[in-house]
Amino acid sequence: MLEGKTALVTGASRGIGKEIALELARQGANVAINFAGSEAKANEVADEIKAMGRDSCTIQCDVSNSESVTDMVKAVIERFGSLDILINNAGITRDNLLMRMKEEEWDDVINTNLKGVFLCTKAVTRQMMKQRSGRIINIASIVGVSGNPGQANYVAAKAGVIGLTKTAAKELASRGITVNAIAPGFITTDMTDKLTEEVKEAMLKQIPLARFGDPKDIAVTAAFLASEGGSYMTGQTLHVDGGMVM
Amino acid sequence: MAEVLERVTKIIVDRLGVEESEVKLEASFKEDLGADSLDVVELVMELEDEFGMEISDDDAEKIVTVGDAVSYIQSTM
Repeated sequence: MLEGKTALVTGASRGIGKEIALELARQGANVAINFAGSEAKANEVADEIKAMGRDSCTIQCDVSNSESVTDMVKAVIERFGSLDILINNAGITRDNLLMRMKEEEWDDVINTNLKGVFLCTKAVTRQMMKQRSGRIINIASIVGVSGNPGQANYVAAKAGVIGLTKTAAKELASRGITVNAIAPGFITTDMTDKLTEEVKEAMLKQIPLARFGDPKDIAVTAAFLASEGGSYMTGQTLHVDGGMVM
Repeated sequence: MAEVLERVTKIIVDRLGVEESEVKLEASFKEDLGADSLDVVELVMELEDEFGMEISDDDAEKIVTVGDAVSYIQSTM
């Protein structure tokens, strides 16, 4: 379904990004794996993709640095010859109560989770406009819609991503580029493993489907948005959250 | 001069679907040639490819007319 397409997935060494990279490869895409720090894990993902018979490579890059992002996108286009799918997934958390939140905690999260999406989107747009086609998929979060105590920085960034998604969708629609967001609910990853049992129990009560999500749930949604079947959707935020926020 | 104008004109005619006779040096891309903001961004991208140069965002914003594009390209050649 995605044969011959090239995808770039940011933050793809683990968690949701890793699952998305693997799913896109399963559907036929060649996938560039971006990582910030976990080189060994990124290499494992690339090896797994190559074992499926697709092409893959790893690229270290801090998505909040515009020069590095430009270089990364150039490298991907040079190596694969096209860039059809961008998954803006890289993200960090620096949780703290608003009153205790340090300026640095705020800036770090906004820079990676929001500015990073802007920079990567801007960098791929040139190629996608020339191709007259492209799919940009931003991984937001359900808390960007609902709010969440202790995550003012993260929530602000994710709500920002949802707004950015809508604007980019409107600007780029005439050039055949769709831009959508996915808002995952509680998905079991390294990021959520850090939460206490007490918090997890409380969250479970808010999920109508009464279970936590798996990174695969997000991966198949991203693959759908990247596929031919998703071609009439743009500017949307899909809630993949077991019904948490309706 | 003539050669640059000729190459620039061809790109504008292809991209904006206007008549060659409309592409005058004083013609504004947006006012006279029916381009929207995104068309101008794309034109600049094509000029970069055609002439093998990089036009910074600051410089690109100053390119309003056909003449602006031609003289910018000539100044960097």
